Amino acid sequence: MVAGKPDSHRHSSKIPALGLRFLLLAGLSVVLLIVDHRENHLDALRKTIGATVYPLRVLVDAPVSAWRWIGEATSSRSDLRLENSRLNTERLLTQARLQRYAALEAENIRLRAMLDATSGMTSQVRVAEIMSVSANPFRHVVVVDKGTRDNVFDGQAMVDANGVVGQIIEAELLSAQGLLISDPDHALPVEVNRNGLRTIAVGTGQFDRLDLPFLPNNADVEEGDLLVTSGLGGAFPPGYPVATVDSVTRVPQESFSVVTARPAAKLDQVREIMLVWTNEAESQSPQETTAQGSADE
Amino acid sequence: MSDSRGDRRWPVILCFVAALMLAIAPMPDWAVPFRPDWVTLTLIYWVMILPHTYSVGSAWLIGLILDVAQGTLLGQHALALSLVAYVTVKFHLQLRVFPVSQMTATVFALLALYQFILFWINGVAGINAAAVTYWGPVISGAIIWPVLAMFYGSVRYRVRG
Repeated sequence: MVAGKPDSHRHSSKIPALGLRFLLLAGLSVVLLIVDHRENHLDALRKTIGATVYPLRVLVDAPVSAWRWIGEATSSRSDLRLENSRLNTERLLTQARLQRYAALEAENIRLRAMLDATSGMTSQVRVAEIMSVSANPFRHVVVVDKGTRDNVFDGQAMVDANGVVGQIIEAELLSAQGLLISDPDHALPVEVNRNGLRTIAVGTGQFDRLDLPFLPNNADVEEGDLLVTSGLGGAFPPGYPVATVDSVTRVPQESFSVVTARPAAKLDQVREIMLVWTNEAESQSPQETTAQGSADE
Repeated sequence: MSDSRGDRRWPVILCFVAALMLAIAPMPDWAVPFRPDWVTLTLIYWVMILPHTYSVGSAWLIGLILDVAQGTLLGQHALALSLVAYVTVKFHLQLRVFPVSQMTATVFALLALYQFILFWINGVAGINAAAVTYWGPVISGAIIWPVLAMFYGSVRYRVRG
């Protein structure tokens, strides 16, 4: 059944200038590849084609959304009550924690004023939903449902309730692509929360592992250390938790120790993320991001 | 030459849209390395059947859309798909009369060629990944080909008849 009869009304099997057309298109592809790899002048083209891909993404996402809607609409009253009470307790706990935070913030502002330092930055967050994840297993890219219409910009930080998730690499009109911190191309300036030691956390392509390849053997880092963003790359606001160090191996004859960390955010489970606007980040050029070329700080 | 073109264009375009959707649909983590190259398989079939309507040009455009959808370098899938289309057009008369087993073997080779181009461009651009992972889509694509070709065959006869 596969080998059907040839087209009855097409007598000639020859396609005119096929080789020539192929060579032209191949040449055009190579030019596109080089231009796209070397510099980022093709954003406009990408955005134009991206607009045609957007309806496809919505269609692909539709069954998942529908299923969730059905699940919500048909969950029983007792389930809802249970969830309600659970959320209530959670809210109380969070509020208690927030009160402490408010006191700390007030103290912080007072101390900063005393030091005559610049005031801490105010940041705004907005929740965005992840519409799809990359089909390409070598890239950890997600698509979120907010775009330039909602003031999303290239290089913007994405966080979830537990820590840093990644950053926006391409804002389209209605959606945006974000690179996760676990992508092999992603490098993030971090510091050890305990002593302020600065280093770079590089993605490995696994959702539950980051590498810290630039720590010398005598660096003061231990298992269980919390890594937070240092804010030095300019892309991320400082102080967000990134990962916890889960193994430190010192090899005597090597100059760097092998340190791995587990991301604080559940990168393979998040569905909603928060986009962060800081007053400083918006005025800075998004070119300063650390996404391209691992670790060139 | 063009009297029946209009009728048969829409079902084929729908096949490509469905293939693109399958190419970006979310899958469980363990299955992702074995996601068949739906777009490539669809392209091979329709180029083989209608080489005058769909050849390197359509392949290139679809490849460009795939590049944007998957966030790869612009032109990577475009180059690989147009090469696959070129080879398919060259051999479309032989392919049409092959028995299923021989055809599946040819499709396997075409898929391997496609993945090789992707692998090569990734290598030149400095995006590293284990070479083994490129074999997943080739194997799953060859396994799914007979079923897919049967399905597209039914689409094709329905369009005609």
